[in-house]
Amino acid sequence: MTDNGQVKIRTERLNLHYGAFHALKDVDMAVPPRMITSIIGPSGCGKSTLLRCLNRMNDLIGTARVTGRILLDGKDILAGGTAMTSLRRRVGMVFQRPNPFPLSVFDNVSYGPRVHGELDRRRLAGIVESALRATGLWETLKDRLNEHALSLSPEQQQRLCISRLVAVEPEVLLMDEPCSALDPIATGHVEDLMKNLAQNYTIVIVTHNMQQAARVSDVTAFMYLGRLIESGPTKDIFVKPKEKQTEDYITGRFG
Amino acid sequence: MRILLEREIDRLKKLILGMSAEVESEVHTACNALLQRDDKTAQALIDDVDKVDTMELDVEEECLKILALHQPVAADLRYIVSVMKINRDLERISDIAVHMAERTLKIFAEPDLLLPAQLSDMSVRVQAMLKKVLDAFVRLDVEAARNVCMADSEVDTLNREVLRQVKEGVLRKPEQFDALLQVMHVSRHLERIADHATNIAEDLIYMVEGRIVRHSPEVSDKG
Repeated sequence: MTDNGQVKIRTERLNLHYGAFHALKDVDMAVPPRMITSIIGPSGCGKSTLLRCLNRMNDLIGTARVTGRILLDGKDILAGGTAMTSLRRRVGMVFQRPNPFPLSVFDNVSYGPRVHGELDRRRLAGIVESALRATGLWETLKDRLNEHALSLSPEQQQRLCISRLVAVEPEVLLMDEPCSALDPIATGHVEDLMKNLAQNYTIVIVTHNMQQAARVSDVTAFMYLGRLIESGPTKDIFVKPKEKQTEDYITGRFG
Repeated sequence: MRILLEREIDRLKKLILGMSAEVESEVHTACNALLQRDDKTAQALIDDVDKVDTMELDVEEECLKILALHQPVAADLRYIVSVMKINRDLERISDIAVHMAERTLKIFAEPDLLLPAQLSDMSVRVQAMLKKVLDAFVRLDVEAARNVCMADSEVDTLNREVLRQVKEGVLRKPEQFDALLQVMHVSRHLERIADHATNIAEDLIYMVEGRIVRHSPEVSDKG
């Protein structure tokens, strides 16, 4: 997958059915650590479904049935006995629309650590500061920590949601169209943030915006009709894809 | 989106093909003027120097526009990038054809000079290489492009043979030195046109296969 062949997450023969609908078909994908992997493909190809498998968000959908393996650092997260709270701390998700809690900035960021048992006010303040620094919000918000999160701009709200994840020290960040509700300037800022975060975190992003995948990701995976058609270094996918279906999609011949 | 990009690419294709035809005809004219001792044709070519330059600018502007407005990827990206490079090679070939015409007029100043026989052979081969690579470009024919790369070494050999004869000529008839020097330059010009034709062939292979074959002796044999 990458030059040194390291893998943070690997899916093996991953299949998912929503009732009778076969949404993921034998997906074998490798996600390298501390890089950005983007998943692209036309609407309904299964890319968001695949992303949601990576921290078992699909468990919340009653009709979803998953088979195969998803190895996080070599350990199957689909196996019985996987602790969901711990899994979702290690693998966090950012959604399409910023979804801060209707609480203050401080309470949004400290929410996760408190759930995980951190109650010391001074330590929480330290966590909030470093999480806000990680997303570039600290300088703007350090004097506004008690302000209501919903009063922030959309870009700040999305950064806050990322801070909220960072506060629980995850290993993997899943992002589902994280910039689709943002204007081009804010999108540029969030993409820059993603690049910085990738030095410490493994990022998997689903995006409809192919230029965004080309700009920010190290690895690109193309999905079509529930299958992973091709995955490889982004520069290869966008200059010389191996599969005709990939070529046809990225050049706008279908999809 | 795709339809708009295709329209732009079609337009670009027409421009670059028009330019190819013009450059091919200029080389043909330059070779004929030399071999048939036709100074009027040579002069006409020199006078018409701006035509291809204008075409080159049009092609370049069109490529930049497509890159900026459509952000092409994969085969589309390789096509635009290759056309930009081929555009440059065609413009260089056109310049060389004009230089050949200028040298030709100087050669005619020495009416008794006998042109080396290899020069005629070279001009036939170089024109054939150029025609073949431009046809290959239209048909995206990678095999034909590879053959053009291979043919380059034959032109190099002929060029060396002409240089040998020029040296002999200078020793035999030193009074023809100036004209013989021009013959040497013309031979070198033909050899350079073959090099540019080879560049175009290499760009064509990249365009189709996505593989950069420059500097790899097994595919291109450029001297």
